[in-house]
Amino acid sequence: MIHFVLLISRQGKVRLTKWYSAYSQKERTKVIRELSGLILTRGPKLCNFVEWRGLRVVYKRYASLYFCMCIDEDDNELEILEIIHHYVEVLDRYFGSVCELDLIYNFHKAYFILDELLIAGELQEPSKRTVARLVAAQDSLVETAKEQTSSITNIIAQAAK
Amino acid sequence: MNPFSSGTCLRDMIRAIRACKTSAEERAVVRKECAAIRASINEDDQDYRHRNLAKLMFIQMLGYPTHFGQMECLKLIASAGFPEKRIGYLGLMLLLDERQEVLMLVTNSLKQDLNHSNQYIVGLALCALGNICSAEMARDLAPEVERLLQFRDPNIRKKAALCSIRIIKKVPALAENFINCAASLLKEKHHGVLITGVQLCADLCKVSSEALEYFRKKCTEGLVRTLRDIVNSPYSPEYDISGITDPYLHIRLLKLLRILGQGDADASDRMTDILAQVATKTESNKNAGNAILYECVETIMSIEDDGGLRVLAINILGKFLSNRDNNIRYVALNMLMRATTLDAQAVQRHRATILDCVKDSDASIRKRALDLLYLLVNDNNVKPLIKELIEYLEVSDQEFKGDLTAKICSLVEKFSSEKIWYIDQMLKVLSEAGNFVKDEVWHALIVVISNASDLHGYTVRALYRAFLTSTEQETLVRVAVWCIGEYGDMLVNNVGMLDIEDPITVTECDAVDAVEVAIKRHTSDLTTKAMALIALLKLSSRFPSYSERIKDIIVQNKGNVVLELQQRSIEFNRILQKHPKFRSALVERMPVLDEATFSGRRAGSLPTAISTSSGAPSNLPNGIAKPATAPIPDLLDLSSDDVPAPSSSGGDFLQDLLGVDLSPTPAPSGADMPPKASTDVLLDLLSIGMPLPVQTGLSASDILSSSQDDKAPFVNFNGLASLSSLSANATSPANAAPMMDLLDGRGPGPQKSEENGQAYPSLVAYESSSLRVMFNFSKQRGSPQTTLIQATFTNLSSNVYNDFLFQAAVPKFLQLHLDPASSNTLPASGDGSITQNLKVTNSQHGKKSLVMRVRIAYKTNNKDVLEERQINNFPQNL
Repeated sequence: MIHFVLLISRQGKVRLTKWYSAYSQKERTKVIRELSGLILTRGPKLCNFVEWRGLRVVYKRYASLYFCMCIDEDDNELEILEIIHHYVEVLDRYFGSVCELDLIYNFHKAYFILDELLIAGELQEPSKRTVARLVAAQDSLVETAKEQTSSITNIIAQAAK
Repeated sequence: MNPFSSGTCLRDMIRAIRACKTSAEERAVVRKECAAIRASINEDDQDYRHRNLAKLMFIQMLGYPTHFGQMECLKLIASAGFPEKRIGYLGLMLLLDERQEVLMLVTNSLKQDLNHSNQYIVGLALCALGNICSAEMARDLAPEVERLLQFRDPNIRKKAALCSIRIIKKVPALAENFINCAASLLKEKHHGVLITGVQLCADLCKVSSEALEYFRKKCTEGLVRTLRDIVNSPYSPEYDISGITDPYLHIRLLKLLRILGQGDADASDRMTDILAQVATKTESNKNAGNAILYECVETIMSIEDDGGLRVLAINILGKFLSNRDNNIRYVALNMLMRATTLDAQAVQRHRATILDCVKDSDASIRKRALDLLYLLVNDNNVKPLIKELIEYLEVSDQEFKGDLTAKICSLVEKFSSEKIWYIDQMLKVLSEAGNFVKDEVWHALIVVISNASDLHGYTVRALYRAFLTSTEQETLVRVAVWCIGEYGDMLVNNVGMLDIEDPITVTECDAVDAVEVAIKRHTSDLTTKAMALIALLKLSSRFPSYSERIKDIIVQNKGNVVLELQQRSIEFNRILQKHPKFRSALVERMPVLDEATFSGRRAGSLPTAISTSSGAPSNLPNGIAKPATAPIPDLLDLSSDDVPAPSSSGGDFLQDLLGVDLSPTPAPSGADMPPKASTDVLLDLLSIGMPLPVQTGLSASDILSSSQDDKAPFVNFNGLASLSSLSANATSPANAAPMMDLLDGRGPGPQKSEENGQAYPSLVAYESSSLRVMFNFSKQRGSPQTTLIQATFTNLSSNVYNDFLFQAAVPKFLQLHLDPASSNTLPASGDGSITQNLKVTNSQHGKKSLVMRVRIAYKTNNKDVLEERQINNFPQNL
C-alpha cells in the first residue's frame, strides 16, 4: 500500500501531502525534510527508487515538481511509477497542461482529484476518463450550489430594497 | 459583516505568501491570516467557514500549526450543502490524523453521510473513512460500508471496497463479514470495482486464513479466467497504457493469484498456463509491460511450481539485469535476492553483472547489489569476490564505505579458511577503511592474531608497514599498536619470516617511534592513546635499552587532562621506576585469547567460564601474572554493559594472588556485603593514591572500565605494586570489613555490625508467584538517619531470569543510593539469589517512615517481564 504521497518542488517547497498511514504532525515535518534531502539531491539519470526507513520511496520528476509515493518493500515499484504518471495525466487533462502554479492556487482541486484516484493507499480507478467525469460532476454540484446561494442573496437583496 | 473575516480570499492569501521575500515576512503574513481566521472562528461566521478552512489547509502545508481549525472541519461536515462537506472532509483528512480524539466526534456525521441520498456525499464520506478511520470508527461504521459494497453505482462500490480494506486492517476480526461481498465483486465488469475488489480479496487473505481458503476454493478459476480475458482483450482506449489494457488490473490479479497459489499445489497448477502466457507474451519495451513482468516473476517464484516456469522467470530477470534502464536493474536485483533461496545456481550465473552493479553510480542500485552479492558468496568464489570488493573499497563513495566495509568484514570472517588470508584481507580493509570498522570486528581480529602463533611475526611486520604508509585509519593504528606492544621483539628480529614476505629491517628505535607517533598524533582518541601507553610499557621490557626513552614518553602524559591517560602514565611510570624486578613478568606477552569465549561474548551471552579458572593459582606470591588466565578475556571487552563479570573475575583473581580470604566476612546479615561488593572494595583499594573521584557505590572497576575496560585488568596488575605495601600497613588482609568502610567513606575504624542489624526484623518487601524480595535492615552507629538495606531476590519459578534489574524510587524526603547487584542472572526455583545493597537516608527521621516504589525487570523464556510495587510496610523509625 502507499503510505503517503508528497509533491515537492525543486526548491523543497511542499505542494501536496497525503497521508494514508498514521504519522503525527511532527513526524510528517520530519519525513518531508528527510525525503526532500534524499530525493532532491539525486542526479537525473539514477533510478527512481530510494530506500528509506525500511520502506521504498518511488519518485518521479515532472518539470519542477517531484511526485513521491512511499510504499512497502514488497510492492511493485514499477507500477507505482505508472500510478504517478496516471495522476499527472489526470491533472493535465483537468487543468489543461498543468503547471506548478495551477497546483499552488488550486491545491484543493489537486487533492480532490487524488481522492478520486487513491483511497486507503490503494488505486481506485484505472480510467482517466472516469476520474475526470467524477471530479467534473462534483465541481458542477458546487457551482450549482453557489449559483443558488447568490440568487437567493439577490432575491433577499431585492426584497430588502 | 465582520471586518476581519471579509479579509482576503484564498487566492489573495496565496499570492501574498508567495510574494514574501524572506521567511520572516512569510511568518508575519501567516500570523496575520491565522489571527483573522481565529477571530472569524470565534464569531462563528458561517459564510466564510469553508474559505477559512481552505486557507488553513494551505497554511498547514507550509508547516504552520493549524490545530485550532479542527473543529471547523467538523462543523462544515455537519452542514447540509455539498460544497461545505467537500471542503470539510478534505480538511478532516489533512488537518487531523487518526490518533486525534477529535476524530471520534465525526463518527456520527459520517454515519449520516454514508446513508445520504446524494451519492457524491456518500462518496466523500467513504473516502474520508477509508483514509483516516481509527479502529473504533471501523467497528462503528463497518455495517454501513458492507451495505455500500452492493450499492447500485459502481463508483460507490469501488470506494466502499477500498474503505473495507482500511477497516479490516484496523480490525481484522471484522474480516469474515466481508468475505462474501468481496467474492461477488470479483465478478464485476467495471474495472474500478474489479481492481478494488481484487485488492480487497488480497488484503482479506492476509488477515484471515478462512478468507484465504474460501477464495482459493471458489475464486481461483474465475480469477484465472479474468486474467486471461484481460490479457487477450482487444485495444480499449479507456484503459490502454502503452499498448496494454489496464496493467493495474493485471498486476492486482497476479498478486492475488500469488497469495492463492502460495503453499497450494493444486491452485498453483491451475494458474501455470496463464502465468506462462503473461511471462512470454507481455511486451517489455515499456514500463507498464515491465511492471507486469516483474509482478509475474514474483508470482512464479512464490507459487508451488515444477521448475519449468522458474527458468522462464530467471531468464526474465537476467534480461532485466542487462537492461540499461536503472529502474529495471533495480527491481531485477531486488527480485534476484528473493530468487537466491529458490535457485542459487541460476542467480550465480549473473554474479559478474551483479558485481558491476555494486560499483554503479546509483546509491540505491549499489545497496541492492551489495546485499545480493553478500548472499551469493560461497567458499568457491569468496577469494576473487573479496579481492574485487576490497579494490572497489579504495574508490567507493564515503557514504557507501560503511556498508561495504561491514559486508566485507562479515564475509571475510565467515569464509576464513586460512588465518593468513583472513589477516591479510582484514589488514587491507583496515588500511583502506579502518575508520568504518566496528569495534567488535577489530577485537575479533586481535583474537585471531593472538591465536595464530606462527603468524605473529608476519602480522606485526605487515601492520608496521601498513602503519607507516597510513596513519589515517584509527582502527589500523590500534591493532598495529597492540601488535607492536605484544610482538615488538618479533618485529625487530624478523622472527618467523615467511617466504612470501619482503625482508624489512626495523630497529628497536623504529618500533618505539611508531608507538610514539600513535600516541602523539592529534587524531588519536582516548582508546588508541591508552593502548599506545600499554604498548610502550610492554616495549620497555622487550627493549631494555630504550627503557629511558619510553619512560620519557610515558611521563609526558602525566599531566594529561584525560584522567585515564594521566592515571596510566603515573602508574606505568611507577612500575618503570620502582619495580624493575617484576616488570618483565608483569608485561609478558598475553596468553592466547580464547576464541570461544570471545565469540560467545559477541553473541551476547555472558561467559560463565571466566571465574572458574580462578581456583588454581591461589597461593602465588604477588605480581606473578602468568597463571591468571581469568581476566584475560576481559581485555578485549570494550562494552561496559557487562561490567559485573569482569570486575568480579578480576576480583577473584586478585583475591587469589594476594591470598586474601574475603569470604568469611565477620558480619551477620546486617552488614554482610555480597562477595561482589568486597571485590570492588579491593579494586578501590588499588586505586588509592590516585586522584580518582571515587564516589561511593560506583566501584573503581566501573570507573576504569567505563571508557575502556579492555585494559582494566592491566591497571589492576600494576596496582598490585602499590597494594603490596599498602596492604601491609593498612589492615590485616583477613579482615575485609574495615576496608569496605574505608572506601565507602563511612568513616574509618572497624565497627561491629552485630550491634545493629538485629534491631529491625527482616521484611518480605515483595512476593509474587514468581519472585520474592527480602529486605534486611541495619543502621550505622552515629547516623540514625541512614538505613542500610540488603535486598535479596529469590526466583520462585522454574525458569531462569536473565537481565535481572532492580530499580527503586523514593519520595523527596528520602535519599536513595543503590549499589550494583551481585549478578543479573537469577537461577530458577530458589537455587541461589541475587543480593543488592541500598542505602536510604531519611531526612525526616522520626517523623516519617520509609516508603519506596520498586520496579523489577527481567527476561524469562525470552519474554520481558516487569513487576512494580509500592512498599509501605517498612518498620517504623527507620
